[in-house]
Amino acid sequence: MTIDTIPTQTTSAPPTLDGMQLVYQAPEALAETQTHYCPGCTHGIIHRLIAEVIDELGVRERIIGVMPVGCAVFAYDYFNFDGTEAAHGRAPAMATGIKRTMPDKVVFTYQGDGDIASIGGNEILAACARGEKLTVIFVNNAVFGMTGGQMAPTTPAGMVTTSSPYGRNVELQGSPIHLTEMLAMMPGVAYAARRSLHSVAEIRRTKKAIRLAFDAQIKGLGLGIVEVLSTCPTNWRIDPSEAMDFIRDIMMPEYPLGEFKIHEELKKH
Amino acid sequence: MTKQLWKGNEALAEAALRAGAEAYFGYPITPQTELLEYMSRRMPELHLVFLQAESEIGAINMVYGAACAGVRVLSSSSSPGISLMQEGLSYIAASEVPAVLVDIMRGGPGLGNIQPSQGDYFQMVKSSGHGDYHAIVLAPSSLQEAVDLMQITFELAFKYRHIVALIGDGSLGQMMEPLEMPPFKIWPAERPAWALTGAKNRPPNRISSLYLGAERLEALNLRLQQKLNLIRQDEVRYETMMIGDADYLIVAFGTVGRIAKSAVRQARAAGIRVGLFRPITLWPYPEQQLAALSKTVKGILVVEMNAGQMLEDVQRITHERVPIHFVGRMGGTIPLPDDILPALRTLIETVEHPQASPSAVPA
Repeated sequence: MTIDTIPTQTTSAPPTLDGMQLVYQAPEALAETQTHYCPGCTHGIIHRLIAEVIDELGVRERIIGVMPVGCAVFAYDYFNFDGTEAAHGRAPAMATGIKRTMPDKVVFTYQGDGDIASIGGNEILAACARGEKLTVIFVNNAVFGMTGGQMAPTTPAGMVTTSSPYGRNVELQGSPIHLTEMLAMMPGVAYAARRSLHSVAEIRRTKKAIRLAFDAQIKGLGLGIVEVLSTCPTNWRIDPSEAMDFIRDIMMPEYPLGEFKIHEELKKH
Repeated sequence: MTKQLWKGNEALAEAALRAGAEAYFGYPITPQTELLEYMSRRMPELHLVFLQAESEIGAINMVYGAACAGVRVLSSSSSPGISLMQEGLSYIAASEVPAVLVDIMRGGPGLGNIQPSQGDYFQMVKSSGHGDYHAIVLAPSSLQEAVDLMQITFELAFKYRHIVALIGDGSLGQMMEPLEMPPFKIWPAERPAWALTGAKNRPPNRISSLYLGAERLEALNLRLQQKLNLIRQDEVRYETMMIGDADYLIVAFGTVGRIAKSAVRQARAAGIRVGLFRPITLWPYPEQQLAALSKTVKGILVVEMNAGQMLEDVQRITHERVPIHFVGRMGGTIPLPDDILPALRTLIETVEHPQASPSAVPA
């Protein structure tokens, strides 16, 4: 299946009574509710992509989602499947406890950059080392969003944040962490990719990556992780449209997109 | 059934399996590591889930995840490891999911040593994590009692959807004793209705400890307090010995409670009318029973393997209406009858001849 043929709309819906055909609807795996996300935030897009993939895989009734501490802390309310909320950074450990005791379930974590790459570094590293059959969605918007835009491990060099007011100085504050490339080196990781949401084409590629990260789990190949370059216009202090440009112009040079690991079994179709 | 000779940590592990444990997540730390090692051998035989975690933090969060799935899960550790687990324990308490924890205590503070200690009384009884809650804390004084108490841990944990901790000093984990191992408990196959098992033919289940809004979080806290009050009412356990005619009372828990029995017998042989009060649940503490006893004795001697942690509860519960003295050994030193009997005589001297005993050191 090529990227262009991935269905993003419901195509198999039956004709309605008045002869019109339903061509677009909310995924069943998404809850019918409003989110609290800021205008221009891309969490909503990622939620929808996850829900579409879960619907297409037909696994909604087997899903357990483990949400982070961060802006997505309420995400379990935005999905129509079982969910919980881990302590900051601990989602991979919690998900391990769930998956190991209920191996027939499909378990994923949803984690921000501070959650996974800072406080939760050891938990994700250990889960990858063990090759846990989990899917990890890693939302990288270069700042701690919920606490008001502090420097994250993924903040690009030079970027001004509320805790790096003179710009991130790599001499003092270190270099941005390229977590996904690091994890891709581990044998337990079956799929590792970095994608972006700054254009429609990239959104479609992101969906394909999320699908493969779930496939990796469902086929029992290992852990699948997708890092998604995402926006935070509120804390970046720019408008939503400029935020998309910020991903392309500032984040992508630091964080090149790509698939860093694809298990042979995932290449078969 | 015949008695078998068991090592403490291994007996606790097997007892947890007999009690119905389905999953164990832990991290090595002396003096409880044999529990983890035993599980690593035994659980695969029983087709149960054993996993050595990357840290105590990882272990307790794996426990949290499995507990959310309604699985009978436990972990074990020792004092510094329990400190690392406090974050997860607080989340477990707030999320109201059932979990069992064994703490085989060692000397502290800091890295301390690997010798026996009761230095986790504060940590387990008063503050096993941030926020307002108490874990249920069981303190056996022998391996048979440890094995027997282990049998009710999952029942209590699931009845109240709460943390049940079984704590013992390092000697309890390391000693060998003959004991009778109970048979395997039979549990129903279905998971509780609240568990995260996949939203099949039902609305989604959500488990969280996040309650934004002061009123919502206060409502959760009031509910937790109601639950804790029910536990206070129904789950108190304690043992007494020779209290009928006692003029003096020794209060001690765990292994020290057992050593104190020898001291009581020796004192009785010397004509001293002394009895023992041994709380088995450290939380809920048998407060009414101790308060009542404090009205019938002339003095109380508290003996612990710490600097006086339970002592504070004894002082609070009895309103210090009689003199309270204290014997505490630390750093892995175990208080023996040779420590207890002189302290008892000093207490008696203070009570009987208050002017004549300037050297008496009250607690």
